[in-house]
Amino acid sequence: MDTSRSYLEPSSFSKKMAAAIIIVYAVITLIPISWMVMTSFKNVDSAISYPPEVLFEPSLEGYVNLFTNRSRQSQEYLDSLPPPENWYEELVRSREMVITGPSKFLGRYSNSMIIGFGSTFASVFLGALAAYAFSRFRVPLKDDLLFFILSTRMFPPIAVAVPIFIMYRKLGLGDTHLGMIILYTVVNLSLAVWLLKGFMDEIPKEYEEAAMIDGYSRLQAFFKVVLPQAMTGIAATAIFCMIFSWNEYAFAVLLTQFNAQTAPPFIPTIIGEGGLDWPAIGAGTTLFLLPVMIFTIILRKHLLRGITFGAVRK
Amino acid sequence: MSVKKKFKGLSDKAVGWLFIGPTVLLLLAINIYPLVYAIKMSFTNFYANKIGREPQFVGLKNYIKVLNKEAIWEKMQVTASFMFWTLLLQAIIGLGLALLLNRKFKGNELLTTLIVLPMMLSPAVVGVFWTYLYNPQVGLFNYVVNFFYDLGSFDMIGSSTLAPWAIVIVDTWMWTPFTMLICLAGLRSVPNYLYEAAEVDRASKWQQFIYITLPSVLPFLLLALLFRGIENFKMFDMVVELTSGGPGSATELASINLKREAFEKWKTGYSSAFAVILFVTIFGFGNVYVKVMNKIKER
Repeated sequence: MDTSRSYLEPSSFSKKMAAAIIIVYAVITLIPISWMVMTSFKNVDSAISYPPEVLFEPSLEGYVNLFTNRSRQSQEYLDSLPPPENWYEELVRSREMVITGPSKFLGRYSNSMIIGFGSTFASVFLGALAAYAFSRFRVPLKDDLLFFILSTRMFPPIAVAVPIFIMYRKLGLGDTHLGMIILYTVVNLSLAVWLLKGFMDEIPKEYEEAAMIDGYSRLQAFFKVVLPQAMTGIAATAIFCMIFSWNEYAFAVLLTQFNAQTAPPFIPTIIGEGGLDWPAIGAGTTLFLLPVMIFTIILRKHLLRGITFGAVRK
Repeated sequence: MSVKKKFKGLSDKAVGWLFIGPTVLLLLAINIYPLVYAIKMSFTNFYANKIGREPQFVGLKNYIKVLNKEAIWEKMQVTASFMFWTLLLQAIIGLGLALLLNRKFKGNELLTTLIVLPMMLSPAVVGVFWTYLYNPQVGLFNYVVNFFYDLGSFDMIGSSTLAPWAIVIVDTWMWTPFTMLICLAGLRSVPNYLYEAAEVDRASKWQQFIYITLPSVLPFLLLALLFRGIENFKMFDMVVELTSGGPGSATELASINLKREAFEKWKTGYSSAFAVILFVTIFGFGNVYVKVMNKIKER
């Protein structure tokens, strides 16, 4: 018998077949995303040509349209203007339009950032505290409490949206950054507690016990010994919370309008002349998805854990 | 107790409450209070847009209205068939991909990461760009379908027979990696000695698959479907942006209907009753499912 290879190892032919099928699947599954990125570099005409153009002359029209508001002007008026000062003005003028000001996109994008970072920080901080207590102390009704924390994730957002809407109106939190930060913090808390508890369970108790024998108090031991040890887990958890806040739509569309609206409810409303402005939507989508794709690559080792709330760890 | 006293600072009990307290308080304030409030409103004829009017207690009237409304059962049916097809497709394709990835060929980690990308994206934004892919005049999806099989012009979103499939396809595209990842973990948890023993007993590859691989991966697959089931029961964002429940109400899932009643018609009392019914349904089904899942695991 051939001893160089265990009989459990798949044959090299079956490996190659498997690889081929997986590559085909990966290519097909990435087409929609690549198509959106490609569309962001098309001009308005080439985005609506049929058959769809795979090879096209790249244009930044989508990005210009994403960041500006424009209005159509007569040729006479355009001729009376001084020559365009920069490339994007020239591009807009070639469409017989003038730039009337910046669009709302940057504001929406930075709202997403502010609310995302704010809620991520808060939920990871609070989650780390609770996770530590659940991991190390005998807490009465521990399992019930943990299940309660998890069950809050099962509520359909719309079911609690009306009461929150009314409550926020009374408290003056409606359409504010603070209100959204609090809301997303709460939604993310269940994930943060469950994930971080798993990570903290893996840190040997002996570390902080040794520190406490050396004269640290429990709090000092937590902040100076346990937290640094749990850094990988905390980072992974933070990225998951960030992705959730970044992507969230239901609460954002129901509870925010002008001041604190994030990018997801805004992107679908980018309208050009005569319908949706596809290159601009493509540009907005690309800029919006980019951070998440980078995060996913950073997270790949912890993905499984994150998506199952720590139920599956390997 | 005396052992702990020798450390300085707060007692463990105090630290415990200090650490858990804020989380529990926040969840009570922003999650449980609204839920209780919703339950309370479900027994009244409250309209959230009429601020001055005092809501009146109407007993179970809202619940009776919801349960007797034929349209609600239609939404439930739309939701059920959406869940059935997405879960079925994601189970089959996800498990299939996991079995292939488990052959540990070169580069499979990179490919796994690439395949996983769709599920990390914002569902609402995914919904928007699929309307472009599905566009009957210029959409890439329509072009590709016509390239392989000439269907002529068709409108995935505009046709009430095709629209339910449009959302099933997008959800499957987006979430198959989820079942795949979890199944893959299941496959990797099978100890090698089981296969070694089977080889010694001259079990065929097919028998090994049926008697070793499948039973070991099943609990993982069921867990993945539980997560997906809960999410798809609540499904809102992707479908709102893709079809907004249309055409007509062909893709109006329960939570889209709930949003219309609550935030467009402002029937707060009625929609709260509907929300409570949905919540009880998801909780009930979830509990039964977990029990069944645990039974299977024990076997």
